[in-house]
Amino acid sequence: MDIMSSIYLIPLIPFAGFLLNGLLRNHLPKGVSSFIGSLTVLVSFGLSLMVFSAAGTEGFHAFEINYFNFFHVGENVVDLGFKIDRLTSVFLLIITGVGFLIHVYSAAYMHEESKGTFAKFFAYLNLFVFSMLVLVMGNNFLVMFIGWEGVGLCSYLLIGFWYKDHENNKAANKAFVMNRIGDVGFLLAMFWILAEYHTLSYTQLFDGDKALMLSQHVGSTFVVGVSLLLLIGATGKSAQIPLYTWLPDAMAGPTPVSALIHAATMVTAGIYMIARSNILYALAPFTLTVISIIGITTAILAALIALKQNDIKKVLAYSTVSQLGYMFLALGAGAFSAGVFHVMTHAFFKALLFLGAGSVIHAVGGQQDIMQMGGLSKKMKITFITFLIACIAIAGIPPFSGFFSKDEILLAAFVKSPVLYVIGLAGAVITAVYMFRLLALTFSGSYRGVYDENKIHESPGTMTIPLIILAILSIAGGWVGIPEVISSGANYFGHYLDPVFAKSQSLLPHAHVSHSTEWVLMTVSAALMVIAAIGSWVYYKKGRSGIIPGRLALAMKNKFYVDELYEAIVVKPLMSISSSFEKLLDSRIIDGLVNGVGKGVVYGSRQLRLLQSGQVGSYILLMVLGVLLLFVVQLLLK
Amino acid sequence: MEIKWYIFLSIVLFMLGVAGVLTRRNSIIVFMCIELMLNSVNLLLVAFSKMHLSDHGNAFSGSVAASGQLFVFFIMIVAAAEVSVGLAIIVMYFRNTRSVDINFLNRLKN
Repeated sequence: MDIMSSIYLIPLIPFAGFLLNGLLRNHLPKGVSSFIGSLTVLVSFGLSLMVFSAAGTEGFHAFEINYFNFFHVGENVVDLGFKIDRLTSVFLLIITGVGFLIHVYSAAYMHEESKGTFAKFFAYLNLFVFSMLVLVMGNNFLVMFIGWEGVGLCSYLLIGFWYKDHENNKAANKAFVMNRIGDVGFLLAMFWILAEYHTLSYTQLFDGDKALMLSQHVGSTFVVGVSLLLLIGATGKSAQIPLYTWLPDAMAGPTPVSALIHAATMVTAGIYMIARSNILYALAPFTLTVISIIGITTAILAALIALKQNDIKKVLAYSTVSQLGYMFLALGAGAFSAGVFHVMTHAFFKALLFLGAGSVIHAVGGQQDIMQMGGLSKKMKITFITFLIACIAIAGIPPFSGFFSKDEILLAAFVKSPVLYVIGLAGAVITAVYMFRLLALTFSGSYRGVYDENKIHESPGTMTIPLIILAILSIAGGWVGIPEVISSGANYFGHYLDPVFAKSQSLLPHAHVSHSTEWVLMTVSAALMVIAAIGSWVYYKKGRSGIIPGRLALAMKNKFYVDELYEAIVVKPLMSISSSFEKLLDSRIIDGLVNGVGKGVVYGSRQLRLLQSGQVGSYILLMVLGVLLLFVVQLLLK
Repeated sequence: MEIKWYIFLSIVLFMLGVAGVLTRRNSIIVFMCIELMLNSVNLLLVAFSKMHLSDHGNAFSGSVAASGQLFVFFIMIVAAAEVSVGLAIIVMYFRNTRSVDINFLNRLKN
């Protein structure tokens, strides 16, 4: 357990990188700042690997360390400390591993920026990695919340990284505000837990047979209320209905940011939170149903929208929203480890997709419209092949990683309700269609853009090597979670996480599916995916735009008018209420009060000043009158 | 004679002084009225101390009564000093303005 005594280094080293890059940003050459940025994350990755293997030893339960007392108010005690269990160690690997690759990639992607901006970018990325590590390593909800807000801040800073374009700032604000709405839920949940148990520590709340949560009845007001409030926080961070609209706009940031924050890591924080509080959720079946409904609705809605988007990053953004919906579906079905498994495989192939998209955007001079691309496979072989691998993986075609995780989720959905399964399967088919549409429109057919075709070139090695590594992971990443029916005992991933979810699994109802049913489901979904993928590829290869009839297509293209709906029912009323308050309350009453006091003093003193006439006689008269007044007062008082 | 007659006389003198200060514009007369008020107070002091001396013959109250009369002399001396300063101001004022009207004194303000 030697490594466990120095786990604090895992977040602190990227933080040191942030300080170095942030403070010396105008003095470091670009090579040095990208080296610092990447190296710090690499060191954290090395430490995370050691933690991962230490946590994998037989009989390991959890390692917890309290560094100091955060606050102690009345009965409420909150410490600042870290807790490592297997769930945390999986997230550590995803964050630092994928994070490192994206740092390396960014060094090439951002090379056109000036020196100070370049170092600032790496400083933000390192700060993000630090916050995300704090989020997953904390041993109580408050430490998680610190990381939670930290990643929100970095997300804001990086979406608005090119702040000279006001659209980017608007997108950053939108992301920030929508996340705050979710955070209110998270905060209220923490207050409620504190009020009930006077602690936020995971160990005391969730761990073992003495866990405080276990004193609650299944479905009591407390567990349902707290779990729903936490869910609000999770829907904000993980871009689920109703708070998902910020994520597509967040694509305004640089592409590596989209890959790291808005696909691989930060948006999975909500899934981490729910998986972390799995016992709470296992006690609240109602909330689980809500989660699965939110998940499946988001998955299908975002997939439909993605079908008609032409911006390469927007397609991927909606795809992320949709895949996050699948993770929620898994959590809602009580299959926590399936959800986390999909977090991992999704981190691989979605980071790959974004980095591939970045490589394409880089090559065609900043163009993001896929209708302006086409035929790029000849020019950029590595990008094309890795992108293809990622598409196969996300479409869920065996034996690529996405198949195993998605299959596990769909199976869990089937156990919960066949309706969820059918909708989920439909969503997965749409996923295959839009991904191969994207692939076909970008890479096959003939070039349709205006950018000089001869200038299009493959990206440099620092960009393609991360692509290749992620491609390998996208292929093989799923093999750690091969379902039981194919090979007994091969679901290493599930077994690795078993101790974390053992308690909640014992609380949840279990329904077993026969192996033959499972085979049928698996074959059907695999076959459907292959058909959908090939069909889509063949259809869109010609550069055609779509098959869906007019009005529905228009609605999909316009994202089902959800942004407009929010604008109409939330933003506009809020604005008009605020402006009427501003006119009435602020400028009349409050300003009136403040200005009135000032005016009153000025007016009063102007009148009083007249008394000081300089006429000695009047002074004396007043003095005499004053003395007489005192006499009268004294007489009256007697 | 009872003490109240002294008090009445003193009040009358004091009120005359106040009325004079308030109504007259000639600064010499105002000055005289101030003296009148001072002396009405002096009169009261002397009257009270005499009353004390006749009421209680002992040494302690005697010293109190004597200090009252001594005080009167102090007031007279201070008043005399004050008069000399005040009259000097009025003389200088008259030399400058050829007038002793007190209402013009406010010109000093500017």
